[in-house]
Amino acid sequence: MSVTVTSRGSCLTAALSGDIDHHGARTMMRELEEIISEELPRRLELDLSDVSFMDSSGIALLLMAKRQMEHAGGTLRATHIPAQARRVLDAAGVGRLVPLE
Amino acid sequence: MQHIVLDEAEVSFPSRSANEGFARAAAACFAARLDPTLEELADIRTAVSEAVTNAVVHAYPDKIGKITMRLRLLEDSVLEITVRDKGVGIPDVKKAREPLFTTGSEERSGMGFTIMESFMDSLQVRSAVGKGTTITMRRRLARRTAQ
Ligand SMILES: Nc1ncnc2c1ncn2[C@@H]1O[C@H](COP(=O)(O)OP(=O)(O)O)[C@@H](O)[C@H]1O
Ligand SMILES: [Mg+2]
Repeated sequence: MSVTVTSRGSCLTAALSGDIDHHGARTMMRELEEIISEELPRRLELDLSDVSFMDSSGIALLLMAKRQMEHAGGTLRATHIPAQARRVLDAAGVGRLVPLE
Repeated sequence: MQHIVLDEAEVSFPSRSANEGFARAAAACFAARLDPTLEELADIRTAVSEAVTNAVVHAYPDKIGKITMRLRLLEDSVLEITVRDKGVGIPDVKKAREPLFTTGSEERSGMGFTIMESFMDSLQVRSAVGKGTTITMRRRLARRTAQ
């Protein structure tokens, strides 16, 4: 489970990998919070291609990142969402709050 | 509803968050005999994760308690999963099952029961304050192999 950051101008990509469950989301949340407050990107892309599992703890993580980005005047989107995570996000209607690509 | 139980397994573990992954794997392993599709397996893992996480987070807020997961294979390729704790219990189950309802911190989304409901065919929640909570979920898997 890890967060890897690549930056291109004011657009930051954070690639999340591993299981985003209650056990893993805690450290990920803290890492993301730090990255956002240090880098203050205009746009943050969460690349989920290497996420092996996600449950509703991942929803809380996305919404937390969205709130923090909005607070800093930026935007958030999630990309490369694996099928299992997609079903979770769709069941909870997260697409209405965070752009899912 | 009475069902004939064809097989069953039960595991108990302490309410440590590392056991969330163990419970998902154990349930997926038990379900494998039904030759599930990848999507069915993913749904089972997700529903188990929600149920067990609730026992870890909510049932035992400031101690380590015992969680028991029972897996049953019923007739007609029905998988039944029961997750039981002896924790604080839920004062208002109807309210707890509503989407977005949470008594947790901002680490929680309040979508756990909603996800269990949408991924399983049925979800039953029995709870008593101070005694604990038992949730029972059933999902019928499509039969792909001739039996
Ligand atoms: N096993 C349990 N023991 C005690 N309370 C529970 C249990 N499971 C769920 N709850 C209560 O139901 C609420 C809703 O659960 P859920 O839909 O999974 O959302 P979340 O876990 O994100 O809060 C929880 O916030 C908690 O108050
Ligand atoms: Mg929950």
